[in-house]
Amino acid sequence: MEQAGLYIHVPFCRSKCPYCDFYSLATGSLIPDWLDATASEMALYKGRFGVFDTVYLGGGTPTLLPAAALEILMNRLQDHFTFAPETEISTEANPKDLTPEKISLLKALGFNRINVGVQSFDDGELAFLGRQHDARDAAEAVSRLRSAGFDNVGMDLIYGMPGQDMGCWFHTLDTALSFEPEHLSCYQLTIEKRTVFSRRKEKGDLAPIGDDLEREFFLRTSESLTGRGYLHYEISNFARHGRHICRHNEKYWHHVPYLGLGPSAHSFQDGHRWWNVRSVRGYCRTLKTGAAPVEGKETLSPAQADLESVALGLRTQTGFDRSEIRGPIADKVLEELEAAGFLHCEGTRVVPTRKGFLFADHLPLYLCEDGRL
Amino acid sequence: MTGASVPAGVGTRTIEQNLTMENIRNFSIIAHIDHGKSTLADRLIQKTGLVDDRKFRDQILDNMDIERERGITIKSQAVTLPYVNKGGVAFELNLIDTPGHVDFSYEVSRALASCEGVLLLVDAAQGVEAQTVANLYAALEHDLEIIPVINKIDLPSADIERVKEEIEVDLGLDSDQALLCSAKEGTGIDEVLEAITAYIPPPKGSADDPLKALIFDAHYDPFRGTIVSCRVFSGTLEPGDTIRLMYNNAAYRVEEVGVFKLLREPRKRLSAGEVGYIISGIKTVSDVRVGDTVTLDSHPAPEPLPGFKEVKPVVFSSIYPISSEDYHSLFDALEKYKLNDAALVYQKDSSVALGVGFRCGFLGLLHLEVVQERLEREFGQSLIMTVPTVQYKFVLTNGETIKVDNPVDYPDPVTIDKALEPYIRASIMIPERYMGAVMDLCLERRGVNSRFTYPTPGRIEIQFDMPLAEVIYDFYDKLKTVTQGYGSFDYDLLDYRESDLVRMDILVNGEKVDALSQIVFREKARSRALQACERLREEIPRHMFKIAVQGAIGGNIIARKTISPFRKDVTAKCYGGDITRKRKLLEKQKKGKKRMKMIGSVSIPQSAFVAVLRSESK
Repeated sequence: MEQAGLYIHVPFCRSKCPYCDFYSLATGSLIPDWLDATASEMALYKGRFGVFDTVYLGGGTPTLLPAAALEILMNRLQDHFTFAPETEISTEANPKDLTPEKISLLKALGFNRINVGVQSFDDGELAFLGRQHDARDAAEAVSRLRSAGFDNVGMDLIYGMPGQDMGCWFHTLDTALSFEPEHLSCYQLTIEKRTVFSRRKEKGDLAPIGDDLEREFFLRTSESLTGRGYLHYEISNFARHGRHICRHNEKYWHHVPYLGLGPSAHSFQDGHRWWNVRSVRGYCRTLKTGAAPVEGKETLSPAQADLESVALGLRTQTGFDRSEIRGPIADKVLEELEAAGFLHCEGTRVVPTRKGFLFADHLPLYLCEDGRL
Repeated sequence: MTGASVPAGVGTRTIEQNLTMENIRNFSIIAHIDHGKSTLADRLIQKTGLVDDRKFRDQILDNMDIERERGITIKSQAVTLPYVNKGGVAFELNLIDTPGHVDFSYEVSRALASCEGVLLLVDAAQGVEAQTVANLYAALEHDLEIIPVINKIDLPSADIERVKEEIEVDLGLDSDQALLCSAKEGTGIDEVLEAITAYIPPPKGSADDPLKALIFDAHYDPFRGTIVSCRVFSGTLEPGDTIRLMYNNAAYRVEEVGVFKLLREPRKRLSAGEVGYIISGIKTVSDVRVGDTVTLDSHPAPEPLPGFKEVKPVVFSSIYPISSEDYHSLFDALEKYKLNDAALVYQKDSSVALGVGFRCGFLGLLHLEVVQERLEREFGQSLIMTVPTVQYKFVLTNGETIKVDNPVDYPDPVTIDKALEPYIRASIMIPERYMGAVMDLCLERRGVNSRFTYPTPGRIEIQFDMPLAEVIYDFYDKLKTVTQGYGSFDYDLLDYRESDLVRMDILVNGEKVDALSQIVFREKARSRALQACERLREEIPRHMFKIAVQGAIGGNIIARKTISPFRKDVTAKCYGGDITRKRKLLEKQKKGKKRMKMIGSVSIPQSAFVAVLRSESK
């Protein structure tokens, strides 16, 4: 049986970034309550997921946690769950938090993969994004991680900001590459609902760069990074080598069981998916009563599972299995899409091309016609 | 007079003594659209106390939503109004409502045939319009007493003197007789009621002669079956009688007769001169033909009343369910709808592009729109309609003549010896200043043999012979646009004339969309094709690939538009919390897509089919 993934949502930030719609509070005052609650939540799921082989601290800003809290959290995970020997233990990290002390602590607690929220190596862009760090902070943080012996370092980058041209973006990308990161997440700037940016867009003082340019950014990024030997293994994710693929995130895309702890975290097991309440207070309150802080759940029908497999598969280099679509003219549709250069068939796998990635949200729909999916 | 009493108000279900013929008046109100016919009818109903003010619903006679919204009457109805005149004499005034649109001219003629007189309503501001004239001629044909009534005298723009002059000159009526009223304000209504009793003659005919009753309407009641509205010209009809419908040659036993007083009011009998209803177990309105004569099976009339005509559809279009699995539901809806609309004809049809549907025949474009709206609104159907067409005739080289009302049946061009299309005589009345624009429009629509009359200074009546096909295609909308709403229009079918017709096909990425094919006049094919392609370009959403939309005659491409592909469609992040959201979105899109029609790999939304029909002026 596939080993499960464990996610812990740390819903605290120094300040809210104007583009981010992940759930977090711009204050740390509830950290003690949250920490207690996660312990109760761990107890609820003890023994229910078998062996975990990935741990991922996301947020929010996990590195905002005080050393003691981080230590307690990691120890409790050890107390409640079983982990495989080579478990991938990742955390998202803010460059400002990556002090030598914090880095030593992460090392000591067993973290072996650090994903740094660099976003850009241009101070103007970082200011636009509302980040508290500058390009130098980011560079120093990554260098320190390297000196501390971290050999699996990832960086999050954002492109497609209004006013950003290809030159600016490649300055950031090249700077990032100079650190030879094992992993790069290059996210197209997306104006999410209920963010500062979406309000600015409504008011008309923030204009998205448009489809043509977005397409250009995407293709140039993919071409450039694959040219440098990186694997473009998911729409926004690149790994320097197969072994650097983020094993934890892969679980989301392949219906592998995962347990999400913390407010708003999602879990999946055996066709069931459930998700926690978003509010930190609600989360803590529910767990105090001994109940699971689950806000909603669903059980995937076979058709829904297939739809997800195909939709998610079309976002990754592994694609989906041919058997997941079986309508009367499925062969014809696949043939057409292959001829049009959106995907190619490799044995029983159907894999999107680079051009196919650009239409990942639309291609499943195409495969749906005639009740095929 | 034998003890006539004023009938009691609404709601009484007592069977009353019928009045003698001397005290009956049968009349219609005829008017151009929007001249206030329904409002006047409502006032008369209100004034005669048939319904109390509290219950008074505006425009009671137009009881269908669509009619209410468009302000036009589609089905004729009748109502019996009790009235005591100033001399203290009790009357029964039978108001027979007439449909107010050219599509329903035959129904109008049958309603008028049931009357002895009409109120000819003219808007005090608009004056005499094309339909006013057409209605007048229809009334004169039936030798009816005509009382001109000038309505809307409360309007600031009312010009009573000018309208009186038009009544004298355009209509040849004595304008001194014209009554003045404002149906909206309720002024002048008493005078109208008095004039009806004073000037409209009582009906003639003998109750002892064989029964002859004219059917002028029929509607369907889910509990009682078909309710036949009729005017009795001679004889008497009672429950228990066996009636025979002379044209259909079918016999039924009468269950109930009575009069309409908003609600049906049963009576012991209907006699010569009276207007009322018959319930006799007739299942659908299609079993009844407007204009047919009802007689007694035991004592039949030697010949039917004159003027019967079988109504034939002139405009044809196919309707398809958006989702092919809704075919049966559409079939049921059409069956139910047909219960109340004998004029609609339909039969099963199928299209490569749209699947199984129905080929329908309509009295005109308005009738088509009414049917479409009612099927969608009242029966919850989602429809795609094909471009309306007229019935063409083709004389083939083998001497055979075929009728074609569906572009699919357009014959192989090499076998066509001669093509013919139906022509109409269009009458258009306009203020003189729009003459140039209207001439241009009519000529562009292939109008020939123009004739002009100048009824009054400043106004002009233009007549043109025109292909019907040019009229069903957004002509009326165009006319309204170029005359800023002042143009009025009426038409009569003339004959078939030789023409040069081709079938124009629409191809989407090389695949013919049979449902969009049209039979068109050769010289117009290119502009029609371009317009259709442009509409489709606007309505078909962008796909992942380029889409070519082409118009073609046979193998020749005559128009082309391209829909450029969208450049990307992908979200950057998809982690734990995003997956459910993404799947739900896909499920929703999938549903939406089900409502589209697939032509090859291209999804075409319903709106695209509708858009091809739409007038370009919008």
